Amino acid sequence: MNGKPMAFLDSAASSQKPEQVLEALDHYYRTQNANVHRGVYALSQIATDAFESSRRTVQQFINAGSEREVIFVRGTTEGINLVASSFGRTFFKAGSEILITGMEHHSNIVPWQLIAEQTGAVLKVVPVTDSGEIELDVYASMLSEKTALVAAVHVSNALGTVNPVEAMIRLAHEQDIPVLLDGAQAVPHMKVDVQALDADFYVFSAHKMLGPTGFGILYGKEKWLDKMPPYHGGGEMIKEVTFEKTTFNELPFKFEAGTPDISGAVAMEAAIRYLEAIGMDQVMRREQELLEYGTEKLLAIDGIRMYGTAPHKAGVMSFLLEGVHPFDLGTLLDKMGIAVRTGHHCTQPLMARFGIPGTVRASLGIYNNEADLDQLTEGVIRAATMLR
Amino acid sequence: MTINEIQDEIIEEFGFFEDWMEKYGYIIDLGKNLPLIDAQYKDEEHQIKGCQSQVWLQADMEEDRVRFTADSDAVITKGIIALLIRVFDNQKAADIAHADLYFIDKIGLKEHLSPTRSNGLLSMVKQMKYYGLALSAR
Ligand SMILES: Cc1ncc(COP(=O)(O)O)c(C=O)c1O
Repeated sequence: MNGKPMAFLDSAASSQKPEQVLEALDHYYRTQNANVHRGVYALSQIATDAFESSRRTVQQFINAGSEREVIFVRGTTEGINLVASSFGRTFFKAGSEILITGMEHHSNIVPWQLIAEQTGAVLKVVPVTDSGEIELDVYASMLSEKTALVAAVHVSNALGTVNPVEAMIRLAHEQDIPVLLDGAQAVPHMKVDVQALDADFYVFSAHKMLGPTGFGILYGKEKWLDKMPPYHGGGEMIKEVTFEKTTFNELPFKFEAGTPDISGAVAMEAAIRYLEAIGMDQVMRREQELLEYGTEKLLAIDGIRMYGTAPHKAGVMSFLLEGVHPFDLGTLLDKMGIAVRTGHHCTQPLMARFGIPGTVRASLGIYNNEADLDQLTEGVIRAATMLR
Repeated sequence: MTINEIQDEIIEEFGFFEDWMEKYGYIIDLGKNLPLIDAQYKDEEHQIKGCQSQVWLQADMEEDRVRFTADSDAVITKGIIALLIRVFDNQKAADIAHADLYFIDKIGLKEHLSPTRSNGLLSMVKQMKYYGLALSAR
């Protein structure tokens, strides 16, 4: 990139894709392409089998209780909007509280604000500490009989913080409060078992975990999904339509109106197989190694400040150089073939909490290596001498 | 000098740079030396919001000429602002309104004026031309 070997350090925004995922897409369109759940002809059955096989793979990957609990959506954002709209309309009333944290992505803020406006519910925010964590006792003190839902990020995209979600869910469940986790930055980097976590809803995107764009998963406990009305209306999600009344299809199809992203599902399965072949424990171990390596090297640079210094972190290094605007640093790093993200990372309230316009964020994927991080630190040092 | 004469002069200057390091080094120096906007104008009214960096722009008439001052919180953005001011400052309003701004492209900084860059520069150019248009109508 820009005539230099590229160090791609923006996997938190979207990951690169392995050959196997590209092949799955190609194979689908060349040999399996037909609409699903429709035709009696063999090709449509092949497409349907491939589509439903992906659902089974996802179910096993996150250990969902059943395939009915795996809803195919466009991504994390759509998954959260679905729950906000459908669960919110059913269970929120005036004065209900939706508890989020101060480190949420805009995707886990705005949908709740929209439904709060319609239902009279209010948003409550668990504060973030200087190290970029939330404190469990503060969190616990904010749960009450008014809390209708906790919606929290599992791993922060801006800071890398891994939140204590097991304890958060346990504390909420003690008061019968359901919990939604935004797992966009967790599933790509660690083993996630939704039943062990006992999450009520869990949402993530394929494109951050080596998979295709425009595809994602909403996991929901059947007991909730059964009580929730459809989100979108159309084909696929119905059992019977007359002009007087429509009855809805069963789970998961009730929430999948219209022709779904079939190729996306097929490619997602390939991405999961790829990750499983490496092993999620190995993915995590390797990324932790790189995180430690990179953090140590960056911290050795004069005037650097890390944002997000929790002991339990995923592969995200968010930082600023004293006296240097993140945009300037990002621009020069780009010239040196280093792809990092600069700005507020769709977490403006979090940046406001730290009183900064944004950060420079280097984030890791399984394909990164020490050389990428060497290139990053050398680049930061070089940019610093130019800018200061 | 006319707007186009200044643009050609800048293009010639940038022709001497061997690589991007020298080019950006120069832009950074320009940014650091840009005369600051009067503090009273660094307010909401004069702010051009970008997602990545902020820009402040202020314009005045001096006889038949438009005078610009501007600032940014990012020094590279500020350096490019310095170039834009060099081209547009002290020109006739109508000339600014109708100018064809080609030097940015020629010196290889086009990406900084892309709508997706979101650093406020594109809006700033629009705003400068808008001032030109508004002031020439007076
Ligand atoms: C923590 C977090 N939540 C939600 C999202 C939104 O994901 P998507 O754009 O795939 O819907 C992102 C991605 O930027 C994220 O990092």
